[in-house]
Amino acid sequence: MPTPDTLGSEPVASVALQAEAASAPAVEISHLRKTYGPLVAVDDVSLSVTEGEIFGILGPNGAGKTTTVECAIGLRSPDSGTIRLMGIDPQADKAQIHEITGVQLQSGAFPAKLRVGEIIDMYRSFYRHPADAAELAGALGLADKRNSYYRSLSGGQQQRLSVVLALIGAPRIAVLDEMTTGLDPQARRAAWELIEHVRDRGTTVLLVTHFMEEAERLCDRIALIDAGRIVALDTPAGLAARATGGKTVRFLPSAPFDESLLTGLPEVTAVEHDGHHIVVTGAGELATAVIVALHTAGVEARDVRMDASTLEDAFVRLTGRHLHEAEEGAQS
Amino acid sequence: MTTLTLTRPRAPRAAFASMVRNEARLAWRQPAGLIAGAGIALLLLVIFGEIPSFQQPSGSLGGYSPFETYIPILMCFSIALIAFTYLPGPLVSYRELGVLRRLSTTPVPAYWVLAAQMVVQACLMVVTLALIVTVSIVFFGISAPRGPAAMVLSIALCIAALFAIGLAIAALARSTGAARGLMALALYPLMFFSGLYYPVPFMPAVIQDISNYTPLYAAVQAIGASWVGQFPATRSLLVLAGYALVFGYLAKRFFRWE
Repeated sequence: MPTPDTLGSEPVASVALQAEAASAPAVEISHLRKTYGPLVAVDDVSLSVTEGEIFGILGPNGAGKTTTVECAIGLRSPDSGTIRLMGIDPQADKAQIHEITGVQLQSGAFPAKLRVGEIIDMYRSFYRHPADAAELAGALGLADKRNSYYRSLSGGQQQRLSVVLALIGAPRIAVLDEMTTGLDPQARRAAWELIEHVRDRGTTVLLVTHFMEEAERLCDRIALIDAGRIVALDTPAGLAARATGGKTVRFLPSAPFDESLLTGLPEVTAVEHDGHHIVVTGAGELATAVIVALHTAGVEARDVRMDASTLEDAFVRLTGRHLHEAEEGAQS
Repeated sequence: MTTLTLTRPRAPRAAFASMVRNEARLAWRQPAGLIAGAGIALLLLVIFGEIPSFQQPSGSLGGYSPFETYIPILMCFSIALIAFTYLPGPLVSYRELGVLRRLSTTPVPAYWVLAAQMVVQACLMVVTLALIVTVSIVFFGISAPRGPAAMVLSIALCIAALFAIGLAIAALARSTGAARGLMALALYPLMFFSGLYYPVPFMPAVIQDISNYTPLYAAVQAIGASWVGQFPATRSLLVLAGYALVFGYLAKRFFRWE
């Protein structure tokens, strides 16, 4: 795979830009509301994405993720609330927005009898400072497909072409809606690597996903959306930590001991008995703290098992529901 | 963010050229419409040119032979076939596929793809018409058109009127299948009234009156008149312009991008 170091024709990642980002967020959404008839799709969503960030919007189908990004790029007009991309109002200046954003939508096909290279070259001609087509196609494994008709592509290849087209304009902000749905694990990892490279070159990425592993692996921060509202907004680790209040360590003590030995530790929040086993809940370097404290008291911890809560736990805890689609996505 | 506010973004002009190129490739790779539009009209021209009785001048046809009468009819027939076969179908399927929606997220306005398609089809039409005229002159001894400027004007108005009707069909049709149905529904009566099946002057007066106000027969009359050096009747030109405006407005008013 070629290194996508020169994917953008203009190197935009610089100290100056990062300093600038502190004052003007790449994406700023405040109090966004959008209804379709009686259905409230998005209800009072506010978020702010820093330039150069990979920002995830995570939630189940119908949560309002797609509506949120479609409003952000000016495809839909919000009922109320304000949106600014690089300080620009998408409703007021669509031309500017189209120039600085690259968008990959969930649906969208192309005429069956156009070749992949012809589609890429056409989209490339839309932009004044486009990225290198051959390198982008190579990074997404489409290098040998340039002469193939669109209709001969597999679903995953069509999806990857769609990502190529979103990035072909070397956008300041890339909006990717379910980017890796339908990709096999290998193609998915390649796509993740590409997104990281694109970000390293200064592009801000707004990533809509219901795929947990993707959000955990890629995103700097995640907005968890359910029923049109943001239920949590944090780093992946921060969200996971909220799920159960942290981690658990389960072990079999070699001898009875005074529980205050553990409850006195700053890392520990609770100590419970499960038969002969002890279950300690807490945060930080919990396992180390527990084992060291026991060892100091001359007690050995046997059969140690540790559990850290995941984003999935966080989702269940915050919304009371599972992300079923995410599990299906991981299997496909 | 000075880099963002210095110049107003505008899609490069090369973008339109590349869209025209891709539309031309699609037309070339799916030549059904090409064959229908150019091939059938040329085939009929050659057949009619070989029928001896079609070469006799007829008083009820204004002193022209049936073959001569058929040349403008076949010209308009080929324009209608190309406009109706190529315009609504692909446009509706572009909407179904999400091509138009996807384009609307780029610096290129989505209507450019319509314009690119019309450029390609207009080229196809011009080539077909040139073939019909050339074959008539070279192989069947018909004299060259005497009013080329008026003929170009008549043809341009005919193309505009039929494009407008095709776009209106694309605007109103909810699916590719519906577009095909509406196309057939519009095409066959238009061809009937243009005299393709039976010469209009031989038809009952009421049919002739209706024919005068259909776009294809208006175009047939305008092209026929300019061929023999007369300026087309104002009514013919107004009828064509009227169809172009009314259906153009309907198309613009009802076209859905998603």
